[in-house]
Amino acid sequence: MTLAKEEPDRGEPLAPGGQDPYVPSERRLARERYKRTRSRRAVAVAALSSLVTAAALVLVVVNAPGWSRTRETFFDAGYAREALPLVLDGLWLNVRLLLVCGAAVLVLGMLIAVARTLPGPVFFPLRALAAAYTDFFRGLPLIINLMIVVLGVPALRLQGVSVDPVLLGGTALTLTYSAYVAEVFRAGIESVHPSQRAAARSLGLTNRQALRHVVLPQAVRRQVPPLLNDLVSLQKDTGLVSIGGAVDAVRAADIIVGRSLNYTPYLVAGLLFIALTIPMTRLTDWVTARTDRRRAQGGLL
Amino acid sequence: MSDRPGGPDTADPGPVLRMRSVRKTFGESLVLREVDLEVAPHTVTALIGASGSGKSTLLRCANLLEEIDDGAIWLDGEEITDPRVDQDAVRRRIGVVFQAYNLFPHMSVLENITLAPRRVHGVPRAEAEQRGRELLERLGLGAKADAYPDRLSGGQQQRAAIVRALAVRPRLLLLDEITAALDPELVAEVLEVVRDLKEQGMTMVLATHEMAFARDIADQVCFLDAGVVLERGSAEQIFHAPREERTRRFLRRFTDSGRL
Ligand SMILES: Nc1ncnc2c1ncn2[C@@H]1O[C@H](COP(=O)(O)OP(=O)(O)O)[C@@H](O)[C@H]1O
Ligand SMILES: [Mg+2]
Repeated sequence: MTLAKEEPDRGEPLAPGGQDPYVPSERRLARERYKRTRSRRAVAVAALSSLVTAAALVLVVVNAPGWSRTRETFFDAGYAREALPLVLDGLWLNVRLLLVCGAAVLVLGMLIAVARTLPGPVFFPLRALAAAYTDFFRGLPLIINLMIVVLGVPALRLQGVSVDPVLLGGTALTLTYSAYVAEVFRAGIESVHPSQRAAARSLGLTNRQALRHVVLPQAVRRQVPPLLNDLVSLQKDTGLVSIGGAVDAVRAADIIVGRSLNYTPYLVAGLLFIALTIPMTRLTDWVTARTDRRRAQGGLL
Repeated sequence: MSDRPGGPDTADPGPVLRMRSVRKTFGESLVLREVDLEVAPHTVTALIGASGSGKSTLLRCANLLEEIDDGAIWLDGEEITDPRVDQDAVRRRIGVVFQAYNLFPHMSVLENITLAPRRVHGVPRAEAEQRGRELLERLGLGAKADAYPDRLSGGQQQRAAIVRALAVRPRLLLLDEITAALDPELVAEVLEVVRDLKEQGMTMVLATHEMAFARDIADQVCFLDAGVVLERGSAEQIFHAPREERTRRFLRRFTDSGRL
């Protein structure tokens, strides 16, 4: 063979211990010194302004005319302590709902999205069905969906159909969210350039193999940020299963509030939900930033 | 060489690819009309012609990426435009390299190359990877096996795309303006690869605007004009004694700008 010529690589890192007699110039050092000072100053300014804003907010709230009443009904340490274990117990149900519904939503959403992109007249009914499904459940307010499923289904008194509010609530959440997620997946599938599919088919891959190995991996990768976003929403909305009487974190707080007429348990539940969402939100931010970085490769702006 | 890409010779090798009266329309526009083509084993056919004359469409039809309206196409004597034929099986025997490389961006170079051997031909992973690395080594890309396509230069990407097409040991290789997207200094490294494939006996059909290259490498040259093969002949004949006025006019643009 005549072609075995490896070209020298430009732009690879220097070999460790390579003899590069480079000494940073005075100009570079000055530039870096300046950048360091500038970023230190920026951090200081940001910290100070955050502090001032927080202080101002606290002053406004504390000096509000109804503050003493509000503090009693919303910020009562005694009730918070009483509520915490019960609300935490309830929260465990929210977490389990998130895990189970999240998995179901991803699978169902993917199936619907794929059904919508199947080519050919044979699949027309499937495509139409999938389109109708997404249109319906994306338009239907979640709260109405929940009421219909959680309250309406048991009223039918069907033999062999569960009346468990957790199961029914989870079903309703899955129905709505799989419609959202299907649209996210579909947008991802359509964003993969047709030439990718053509390249796959030209290698002899079947339509299915092209979808599985070439189109879907790229579609999913691109859609990770919006998917995580929907999962964060789902996590919050698991609180809505309480309308059927399932004792989740919200319902647990509700029970104590009903007995004590003090609203602190709601605050406890709310804070716990936030605490639960924060890791996921941060993960979303991190993934988004990483994707953006990869896309912006080769440029600082 | 044991893995001669053209496969073992038989006693009377008919044409690898044969097209008869192929017609192709896109809606109202007639893109290929009465196209005949014969490609003998171990030969190179160059398709030349203005942009929009139908070169890409012809190659896509040959690979069944487009369905023809009329006429017929045979691969090794088997009619592949018969609706009963397994199209995926046909595509497996034909390699395609596109102008825009079309590497899979979510896979490393080696994964790009081993995808079809593993998933389509059922070659075990280790074996597919070993052969993939060998091919990359041969085309001077040994060090890039584990890199992702976006870290490669255009020339390297195109050579990787050629390796990907070769990895399934195709009977026929279709090359669609594979240097058109490359910076001038990278064109040579890709053309070098094609030259080498010809030496190994690969049967190829290539659409190209590199006239000097087509003249050097092609056994047969077809000049397409508005969807018709207006003139065909040896490279010698087409480039030095074109019969048709339109061919002359097309080629004059290249001679005038010193590219031929
Ligand atoms: N998918 C398509 N739909 C409609 N028209 C197309 C399509 N592909 C190609 N064409 C048309 O067919 C003609 C030939 O195109 P093409 O085969 O790409 O020419 P070439 O490769 O010689 O530049 C052009 O007029 C082009 O606009
Ligand atoms: Mg073209």
